[in-house]
Amino acid sequence: MKRRALVALLSHWKRHPLQAFALIAGLALATALWSGVQAINAEARASYDRAADVVGAPGLDRIEGPLDQQTYVALRRAGWPVSPVLEGDWQGLRLIGVDPLTAPPGNAVAVGDLEDPSAFLRPPGAVVVGPDTRIEAEVRLLRSEDVPAGVAYADIGIAQGLLGRPGAISYLVLTGPLPRGAAELGTVSPELARAPGGDGQSDVARLTDSFHLNLTAFGLLSAAVGIFIVYSAISLAFEQRRTVVRTLRALGVPLRDIVGLLAVELLGLALIAGAIGIALGYAIAAALLPDVAATLSGLYGADVPGAIRLRPVWWLSGLGIAILGTGLAATGAVLRLLRMPILETARPEAWRLRTQRTLRRMAVGGVLLLGLSAALGVAGQGLIAGFAMLASLLVGAALLLPLILDTILGLAAHPARAPLARWFWADGRQQVPGLSMALMALLLAMAANIGVSTMVSSFRLTFTGWLDQRLASELYVRAQDAGQAQDLVAWLEPRATAVLPIVSVETRIAGLPADIFGVADHPTYRDNWPLLSAVPGVWDRVAEGEGVLINEQLSRRLSLAPGDTLPEGERVLGIYSDYGNPAGQLLVGLETFRDRYPQVAARQFGVRVPPERAEALAQEITATFALGPDGVVDQAGIKAFSLRIFERTFTVTRALNVLTLAVAGFAILMSLLTLAGMRLPQLAPLWAMGVTTGRLARLELLRAVALAAVVAVLSLPLGLALAWVLLAVVNVEAFGWRLPMYLFWPDYVELWGWALVAAALAAAWPALRMARLQPGSLLRVFSQER
Amino acid sequence: MRFLVMICVMAAWPLGGLAQGFAGLGTDAEGFSVPRLGTEIVFPEDHGAHPEYRIEWWYLTSNLTGADGIEYGVQWTLFRSALAPEAGEGWSAPQIWMGHAALTTPDRHFVAERLARGGIGQAGVETAPFAAWIDEWRMAGTSDISDLSLTASAPDFAYDLDLVAEGPIVRHGENGYSVKSSEGQASYYYSQPFYRVEGTLNLPEGPVEVTGGAWLDREWSSQPLSENQSGWDWFSLVLDTGERLMAFRLRETDGGQFTSGTWIAPDGTASAFGDGALTATPLSTTRVAGRDVPVQWQVELPDRGLDVTVEAMNDQAWMETSVPYWEGPVRVRGSHGGRGYLEMTGYE
Repeated sequence: MKRRALVALLSHWKRHPLQAFALIAGLALATALWSGVQAINAEARASYDRAADVVGAPGLDRIEGPLDQQTYVALRRAGWPVSPVLEGDWQGLRLIGVDPLTAPPGNAVAVGDLEDPSAFLRPPGAVVVGPDTRIEAEVRLLRSEDVPAGVAYADIGIAQGLLGRPGAISYLVLTGPLPRGAAELGTVSPELARAPGGDGQSDVARLTDSFHLNLTAFGLLSAAVGIFIVYSAISLAFEQRRTVVRTLRALGVPLRDIVGLLAVELLGLALIAGAIGIALGYAIAAALLPDVAATLSGLYGADVPGAIRLRPVWWLSGLGIAILGTGLAATGAVLRLLRMPILETARPEAWRLRTQRTLRRMAVGGVLLLGLSAALGVAGQGLIAGFAMLASLLVGAALLLPLILDTILGLAAHPARAPLARWFWADGRQQVPGLSMALMALLLAMAANIGVSTMVSSFRLTFTGWLDQRLASELYVRAQDAGQAQDLVAWLEPRATAVLPIVSVETRIAGLPADIFGVADHPTYRDNWPLLSAVPGVWDRVAEGEGVLINEQLSRRLSLAPGDTLPEGERVLGIYSDYGNPAGQLLVGLETFRDRYPQVAARQFGVRVPPERAEALAQEITATFALGPDGVVDQAGIKAFSLRIFERTFTVTRALNVLTLAVAGFAILMSLLTLAGMRLPQLAPLWAMGVTTGRLARLELLRAVALAAVVAVLSLPLGLALAWVLLAVVNVEAFGWRLPMYLFWPDYVELWGWALVAAALAAAWPALRMARLQPGSLLRVFSQER
Repeated sequence: MRFLVMICVMAAWPLGGLAQGFAGLGTDAEGFSVPRLGTEIVFPEDHGAHPEYRIEWWYLTSNLTGADGIEYGVQWTLFRSALAPEAGEGWSAPQIWMGHAALTTPDRHFVAERLARGGIGQAGVETAPFAAWIDEWRMAGTSDISDLSLTASAPDFAYDLDLVAEGPIVRHGENGYSVKSSEGQASYYYSQPFYRVEGTLNLPEGPVEVTGGAWLDREWSSQPLSENQSGWDWFSLVLDTGERLMAFRLRETDGGQFTSGTWIAPDGTASAFGDGALTATPLSTTRVAGRDVPVQWQVELPDRGLDVTVEAMNDQAWMETSVPYWEGPVRVRGSHGGRGYLEMTGYE
């Protein structure tokens, strides 16, 4: 009996293949977008973990400060269980030099794993890289699964040679507890500091968290839009199957069994759609990962391989979202079924006008959510609060939409006098509940589009302006070593307007990586540096060593304003914008820098020269000095490079945006198609009164476009609110900078155009079917009316 | 005399191309020197490192007693292992150093290990004045090694001892040339078994003042054991009569063994005993770190009327280091009383 009942219930999908398609497609799309984003995140995180496991061994404290080999040995001989690490750029890779003998246990380059440790330790040595890394270098290459992409390992002695930095050490990791009676750090070298190793996450993982959260939020938004489709499909299917359910119950199938069978059916559908979605998600992730990898590497220096692996994390979460989404979308329908009296005439409810009360109730929910969003904006802190604010703003606005549409259509009907015009508006109003899910999806997709494109374009405008300020020197040169640097300066002095040394050391401020830069006292900085706020006479005071300038990220992270002091004791004299850099940054006068880090010699210089001379000088430098790759870079080159990274950063966001809009268009098409079949009873009387099917079809088309137009207009304020939240809340929390908001009207108009086209296209097919309707079908409405 | 330890270290660090068997020439296939009969050991030079030999150690064990009569054992070892027969400088120097420190009480056993590269100053040995160190662990003093201070520390224990030699240095085998197998593998091997010790042990519950004796072993070679040798039992016994015995037994895979020893008179006069002159027989085993290890022995040297039972002071003196082995203080009973140290390797 159960089997027959199941067959009876399933037969519905056979008779309504379009609904089945909408359900599966919607669910698959939602799953695809979600699991695609998860796949990208999982791949990136796995590569950070690999990177962290190798040497930075998560959670291990570091010793930082001016370090060289003597200091290292002095520390070891004072009992400190430290292991040296040297990091540098080599052949386009991050070369990490380690000492396998003192490296922390579990080190990925444990020499025991190598076939011939002697060849690793002794010159000419060997370099260990990941399985896919390609390099052109005359060294012995060893390959290890444990080494992440973009990273190479070598013995520290070999690395010092390859990097041309004999005796150099970047930092020391503390590999275990101190022995009894170990000397105080200060007695070994007063300039050394112990820096906490953090909470077990690698720096990269922490820095990129916000980026991944961003992706997750967009994945979730896309999934939500997909679930709207599923919701409408399931609701319709359940409404239409009331007769079947009533018949089955009349035949003696217990309600419990029917609900159980429906649950089995939905689970089956969810699994099928989930599987399709995961396959699609894999494709999306594979297509987007190269851009994400480029972004992560450009923005954070994090290397992620360009290939996706099938990881349980994301495909399980994909199936989860498919099942959860189906459950969410079906709960209401199943509950209605449970409450249905057995003898009630099985009259499809979809067409029963939802009462104003339902619309009002949704609107109240919407207003409450908007209130919550505003409250979060005022009181919330952190990125999660920022996204919660976004989510409640979007959902709140979506819930308000049906009432607003209803009101607008009601108002529009007022001036209408002609009977057909009055019917047009009244019928449109009546259609709002049936279309509301699709229209909400359209509203969200358009608002997201407006919001994100406003953010990206605002950012771009600010970023290009900022690059002009920041990159004031015409040329940037980098010497191979200190000796060459001296020759270079001596050679450049008579040929350039000014040669400005750029010196920096890596350090930690309040436990997070930061760079300290020393800059010369020169109009290049005084006139151009993008200061956001500063004390009066800031450049004189910086030059005199009274304090430091810090970047916006650091000021926001530590809530510092000009006049405050850093945890390390320096006075903050000014704050400058520093886009595209996740780390904190300090700027001090060149003299101050040299006093503090006498061992850091300048190898990089900004060269001021009349712009028309720049190119010729660059060529002369290259011809005279044997500089490394990128030894001379002109301003334009750096700008182009920075903008390229910038563009890639947002490629993924844009792609997700377009997909979301496509999903919304699909939702409208599905809703209209399913509604079309059920609207015959409404249309038949008009046809009987003499309105041709062609005219009716045109009216249908017009109405879809009108509804889309209203939604499009409404999406503008929502989209701008979204952009504001992204720029002023989410960006600040995620990246540490706040950007001014600019409006881009041509973009919005274009988007509206697309929305109307999408709606028209979605309505075209149902309208065409209407126009070709046989009179017989319409006549049958009268003979079969229940 | 702790051949196997070093061999095992080299096995854990597959240092490649270990020439098996005795080359019988002045150098082996990779250019390492090999011990030759008739070479004079010269001081203070030979207290220092011999980078042209593959393996070497400075191995000190000490039996100590607290004011309350509780007995302790202390071990301090510096191993050197060469990747190539040269001293070298900087990171590229082919010398690798390993330190082991242990402190044994009747019911506890503390162990620590250190590894270091030669050539950068993190570990090494100097002769004038004498200093052997790895990290902050240090054994240093006069160039004739008659007066040394010894320190080692770890998160859970530390010790700081002063050593004064009350007798001469003793050369084993044939004037320091010590044969290790019937196939002729050998090493240079001398000891200073006459140290009087005073100092402080730092235990988790606090410092303990101790006195006692210590025994330093110096050995270097380039040759591994013979292929059929699977493990090693080594004894250094200080007898109540003032006499001392160094004895070892190399176990062979086919059940055979190779024994050797040195009887040391109270004045330092040494008598070497070749294969078969002495016997060492396990009496009972105990379960340590998942293996059965003989912690009670019968040691006999009929030529000197010695027939004693040697028993571990603490059965669980397991060295959980990168190459694990058993090393701890022992008590001697029977024809002679006394105490000493026992090392056992190759028990799987």
